[in-house]
Amino acid sequence: MSSATVARLQEHIEVPLRPRAWGFKGRLLASGLGLVVAWGVFAWFHQLDSGLVVTGLGNRVPWGLYITDFVFFIGISYAGTLVSAILRLSHAGWRRPITRLAEMITVVGLSIGSVLIVVDMGRPERLLNVVRFPHLHSPLTWDMLAISTYLIGSIIYLYLPLIPDLAVLSKSPTLGPLRRRVYRVLSLRWARLPEQRASLNKSIAILAVLLIPVAIAAHTVVGWIFGMTLREGWDSTIYGPYFVVGAIFSGIAGLIVVMAILRRVYHLEEFITEKHFRYLGWLLLVFGLLYAYFTGSEYLTMGYKLNMGSQSLLHELTLGQYAVPFWTFGLAGLVVPLLLLSFRRTRTIKWIPIAGALVLVGMWCKRLVIVVPSLALPTMPYEWGVYQPTWVEWSITAAAFAAFTLMFMVLVRCFPMISVWEVDEGLEREEGLEREEGLEREEGLELEPVVEEPLGSRRALAASGAEGGKR
Amino acid sequence: MDGNKELQGAQRDMAGPAVGSRRAFLGKTAAIAGSVVLASQITKIPWESAAHAAASDPSDEVPQWAMVIDLARCDGCDDCSKACQKTHFTGDQKWLEVFKVHDEGGGHYFLPRPCMQCENAPCENVCPVGATFTNESGAVLIDHRICIGCRICIAACPYGARSFNWGVPENPPGARFAKYSPEFPVPHRKGTAEKCMFCVHNTKMGKLPACATACAMSAIWLGDLVQDVATNGLETVKLSWLLSSRHAFRLKEELGTRPRVWYLPGHGEEAKTVTPV
Repeated sequence: MSSATVARLQEHIEVPLRPRAWGFKGRLLASGLGLVVAWGVFAWFHQLDSGLVVTGLGNRVPWGLYITDFVFFIGISYAGTLVSAILRLSHAGWRRPITRLAEMITVVGLSIGSVLIVVDMGRPERLLNVVRFPHLHSPLTWDMLAISTYLIGSIIYLYLPLIPDLAVLSKSPTLGPLRRRVYRVLSLRWARLPEQRASLNKSIAILAVLLIPVAIAAHTVVGWIFGMTLREGWDSTIYGPYFVVGAIFSGIAGLIVVMAILRRVYHLEEFITEKHFRYLGWLLLVFGLLYAYFTGSEYLTMGYKLNMGSQSLLHELTLGQYAVPFWTFGLAGLVVPLLLLSFRRTRTIKWIPIAGALVLVGMWCKRLVIVVPSLALPTMPYEWGVYQPTWVEWSITAAAFAAFTLMFMVLVRCFPMISVWEVDEGLEREEGLEREEGLEREEGLELEPVVEEPLGSRRALAASGAEGGKR
Repeated sequence: MDGNKELQGAQRDMAGPAVGSRRAFLGKTAAIAGSVVLASQITKIPWESAAHAAASDPSDEVPQWAMVIDLARCDGCDDCSKACQKTHFTGDQKWLEVFKVHDEGGGHYFLPRPCMQCENAPCENVCPVGATFTNESGAVLIDHRICIGCRICIAACPYGARSFNWGVPENPPGARFAKYSPEFPVPHRKGTAEKCMFCVHNTKMGKLPACATACAMSAIWLGDLVQDVATNGLETVKLSWLLSSRHAFRLKEELGTRPRVWYLPGHGEEAKTVTPV
């Protein structure tokens, strides 16, 4: 990449921010999605009015599609924090063009997931009781704490790296005046001063370190909602880590799919390249194998001992009423994508997004077969419980997916989807390294370290940290 | 030890004049329940420590309710369940469900399942707002004014003892005037979880739970772990004797929930000889 590339990138990311950027197709899609969301909202009002009786839920199977969707979207949200924070901390240079998208997925996924948990509640208007009368024994209390912390942290984590880009955009003549004013306010008088850059990089690094445990906690706790009960199938010690790995797996898949779509729609081929897909494909493969390992471990330990409950549960999963979603997960969600990612011939820009999409479908099914069968399993001398989702639940599920897409479209319409200054910085870093190789050590030392050092590098951070300490 | 024989054949209707010793028992325990609650008494008292505390000073103790269900007497008539529905205006919801269980020999027996009022209650642990709580006499209650309807309690209960107001509950006309309390949760509230709580509104007044009163076979006993007594409305016996002489067991003991409901094993033959159905 060269500085000309950065100029072209700047131009490219301004395209979706310009007035009337959506065009006819975009507006058609947005209104279509808006209609689906509106229908879902209507279904929710119907449910609020009549109660959860309009769902297929009952005393035997008290949770269904809403909780499945909730776990799915919280899982997707993993993309951002993990890819962005871990790659940032490990100074993986190739991350630069894709971190923003990953962080956006986190914010959107968490928002949708949080709404779904409210949709599932019998008394949503009492949501604040969780704050008014918190019961700290409950995994759901842990969940609300973890997810709200995670959401707030992710919004800040999305916002901070936006500041330099917004400052540049606020001066761009191609954008509307109102938008430029908003950008100017949001960019907090960013002037690319060395101390501003140092403190920004430091803040981002601190936040990245803080967000990793928060993200792990958030998904561990989602697993513990199930793992803390005595129910067959859920009563497992590995549910915390199992859910974390599952979330990372589906999060990476989500990122790959979003990247593939946006790359095509906004012609970002030059910036989001095959290399990004290949690297993320590797990550997806690694986490897919990990997830397969956890899954195998989970079912083998159940299937080997075969107590009454797991006998019945495994039978229903593999051959009974849950066989379709179960094998969709096993084959379409694990085996096929892992095969696609294993071979050089299919580890290409064409097949990796397909593998990602398959993983998303499979992981949704997996969440369904985690939630429903363990509830339908008889705990008393009952028959198996029956759960048939109704149109209300399907409408709200469709609305959740439509809302995800729509929110993402709006986010991309409002904010630059690639972090230009970080790409630029990466370039600077490459050049800096080249120069460092060519120059003698003494010459380098004469310069101000904060300015000279590639931003975000350990030494730059250490230098600014030491300065701060002296003051 | 063998129960009060004088009481046999006494009037079963709890609304009518009650029999002396039973009334004394229930009345006394109710009086204690209403008396000053010490901090130590709020905590759940397990079987051993309750017995121990009773030995030291029984008059200071609030009762610790337990239920004993005699499977040998139960004929599966479902009267207990119906009485429960009627008393609590639950409509179709069954807080007490009678299961027909098939045994290995090709026969069957009936298993009434109220809420177990577990001492280590999974539902209480997982409630995010603390709407489920154990009262001073060990009954697990729900405050429907706080419940957010997340249903994690239903998912957590190993006995399927909880139900949910999925729709707008059908409250009887008079229910609107009832003063709600977690001890007698009427009127029912949409989107909240419900369950049996040993009819604490009755036991407080010295009456048996509705299911025990309705049982024609006198198969349901209410006991107090502190006083170590149990009554089914006909007889009053020493609770520990009843449990040990009939080899009482609890459901899913291995889960460690420590239920307050004991079952006396049997297959209903005794019952059939007493009343032809």
